[in-house]
Formats: sequence, C-alpha cells, structure tokens
Amino acid sequence: MSAADVVGRVTDPELPMVTLAELGIVREVRESTDGVVVAITPTYSGCPAMEAIRDDIVTALRGAGFARAEVRTVLAPAWTTDWISETGRAKLAAAGIAPPGAAPRRGSGPVPLRLGARPADVTCPRCGQLETEQIAAFSATACRELRRCPACYEPFEHVKEI
Amino acid sequence: MPFDAAAYEALTDHEDDARWAYGTGFADPLAGVPTAVPDDVDRADLAAYCLMLGDDALIMSHRLQQWVTRAPELEDELAIANIGLDLLGQARLLLTRAGEAEGRDRDEDALAYLREPAEFRNVRLAERADADFAHLVARLLVFATWRLALLDRLATSRDPVLAAIGAKGVKELTYHREYAAGWVVRLGDGTDLSHSRMAAAVTAVQPLVGELFQPHEIEVRLALSGVAVDPSTLRAEFDDVLTEVCRVAALPPPAPAAPAVTGGRDGQHGDELGAILAEMQGLARDVPGGVW
Repeated sequence: MSAADVVGRVTDPELPMVTLAELGIVREVRESTDGVVVAITPTYSGCPAMEAIRDDIVTALRGAGFARAEVRTVLAPAWTTDWISETGRAKLAAAGIAPPGAAPRRGSGPVPLRLGARPADVTCPRCGQLETEQIAAFSATACRELRRCPACYEPFEHVKEI
Repeated sequence: MPFDAAAYEALTDHEDDARWAYGTGFADPLAGVPTAVPDDVDRADLAAYCLMLGDDALIMSHRLQQWVTRAPELEDELAIANIGLDLLGQARLLLTRAGEAEGRDRDEDALAYLREPAEFRNVRLAERADADFAHLVARLLVFATWRLALLDRLATSRDPVLAAIGAKGVKELTYHREYAAGWVVRLGDGTDLSHSRMAAAVTAVQPLVGELFQPHEIEVRLALSGVAVDPSTLRAEFDDVLTEVCRVAALPPPAPAAPAVTGGRDGQHGDELGAILAEMQGLARDVPGGVW
C-alpha cells in the first residue's frame, strides 16, 4: 500500500466515521528516500484533535512499514468545508450528522453582519425533513452546531459551513 | 454508573504520544510552515506585533474559559468554550511566530507561561473581568467585531504567516461576532430588566474601546511596510456594526467615550492581568516541562 493510501485511510479522532482524506485536510503525501512527508491543514485554529491527528498519521505509517514520517502544517489556503468529499458527506449523514452546505462566498467590503435566525434549510439526517432550526451555534466541537427537527423532534448536529 | 477507568486510561495511557488539551510541550503548531521573514521587515518589530495580537487572543481566551461552569445554559457553556478554544489556537500560532521572529529560542510555552505582566502586550479590553453575562457579551461583541475587521485586513499582509493566520481567523471570528451580537439583541430587546442591564454593560465597555484604535508606533511602522494593520483604519467598520447591533437590540447607540483605559500595548496593565497570569501560569511555573 502506498503512503498516500495509508494516510488516506486514517480516520478523524472526533468524527471517526470519516477519513482524513474525506474530510479534506490532507494536502499532500510525498514519499522519498528520506521518508514520508505529510502536509495537513487544520480545520480550526484551536482544534485540539490536530495533535491526535498528527500522531495517528505517524502511527499508521509506521505500522505500514514507513519508519520515517513527518507531518507538516499548511496554513494557507485555509480549510473549507467545501473540501469534504461526497463520500465523506454521505458518511456523516448516515451517522446522524448533517453535512455542510456550500461555504459562504465573500464579496468585497466588510464581512456581512448576520443578525437573527440562521437559515432553516438544513435537512434532518434522521427523517429527511427539509427545514430544521438551530438550538445552539456551537456543539461538542467548534465545527458543529446543534439543531432540532420539527417533524421527528430529534436533535442533531450539523457541520457548519466555513 | 461505576467509574469507567478504561475510558480514562484510553485518553491518558497511550503507548504513542497522542495528547489532547493539557500541559506544555505540544507539537509546534507551525511545524513545517516556512519561517522566512520578508527581508526588509524588522524582526523585533514583527515579534512585538505578533505578541500584541497573540496576547489579545490568549488573555481573552482565558477570560472566556473562566465562564465555563458559570454560563446560564449548557449551550452557552459550549459556545463560550469553543470561542475560547478558537482564540487559544490563534494565540498559539501567533506566539510561535513571535518566537521565530524574535530568534531568542522562546517557544509558545515560554512566551505564554514565563513572561511577567509588564511583558504582555494585550489591549486592556481582553483582561477586563466580566461583572455579569451582559458584560461578557458586550465585551465579546466589541472584541470580535474589532478583531474580525483587523484579521480580515491582515489576510493581505506581506508576511505570509500573518496573512494565513488572518484568513483563517476571519472564518472563526465571524461566528464569534454573530454569537455575541445575538445575545446583545436578545437581552437588549428583551424584558425591562434585561434591557437595562444590557444597556449598562454596553456603557461600561466604552472606556476600553478607544485603545483598540490607537496605533502603536510598531503598528504604524509595520503598516507602512504592508505587514501590519493600522488599527485606526478599522474604526468606521467597527462603528457601523456596533450601531446596527444596538439599533436591532433597541439600545441607544454606543456613546463614544474618551479612551480612559489604555497602555496595554506597552505593558501597562491592571491588577486583573496579574490575577489571570497567576492562574494561567502557576502549574507551568511550578512543574517546568509538565505534561498532564
């Protein structure tokens, strides 16, 4: 198995149903005679899982016979939820987590101020109800918000678009 | 339910090096990021500027962490903790960049845990204790609105590391500002009691606002070379946002006050910062290199 395959199969520590490749945080895997260099992009600046992710990548590579592996950070361009693959989105939905919609596009000028309710068009991953409401803007992690479905009454998490 | 020792051991007793959120000696958050400084940029200036923006985030993050277990609802507990975590992440990147630019072999731990209050360059707004939840959301609205405008302009900095930190931070601060503004509206446009307390909180934060837009000489120099943002250029955007939030919140527009509380960028702080550092630095100073 190539180093890229090994890295691509490592799962996210906080969203174990998806791989790092499906989440779109692996920028590059380079094999050379000096070892393997993996470039990853953090999801959020303070994501505490980054430490575990680095370690999981090195451990997986060692387990597959790549003794020398280094993980490098790539800050720019910043990660966007648009990089989550279709497979990743399907796995999130199957696990009861609504996948993100398209990331907001910026025009010129200041970042627009949003006041009032968030958009309702997040589909309930349990019953398919098209419109749901936000309970809280942050959930167990910064990348998710908490919502509730008015049809099946179940709360669920939604990966926020960034 | 019996205590699940296995679950705890799973977190702490790895054979590998995996760790989550405590202690010192974490992996360099800029590992593998090119460290070059543009040729014509003074390294001491760049280091000081990174400390300013990094200390703002670090100290504000600590104040937010103090709200954990004290927030009115679990959802707000999560929000405040997550906002604090975003800012802590920004602080780690900026302090690491400061250490690189300075070239005195100080990493993020040395800069966060081993400096004295007079060496901290955060604005006074970041260290102010919150008298109640309305004071917190008023202060957070001011902080997030100002920092969002600042990082948005920093995204075009000639220093590639600052530009990347700025572009990343904009996405995070957009959510922080929205959260704080939402609560200012909810309380301001709420009951008579919540309205009066929210109005009092908006008034109370005004003396801390002026300092945010006073350019320090280092900011002026670095802004001229396209590295930093001159904060005086942010005022119009800031005022527009605050005025709009107050309008929707049925609050009187913020009355500009003379910048009464200043000097943070030069290391002049209130006793409040000493108390924050005693709490934040205690364990790291008592147990050098501690991992927990």
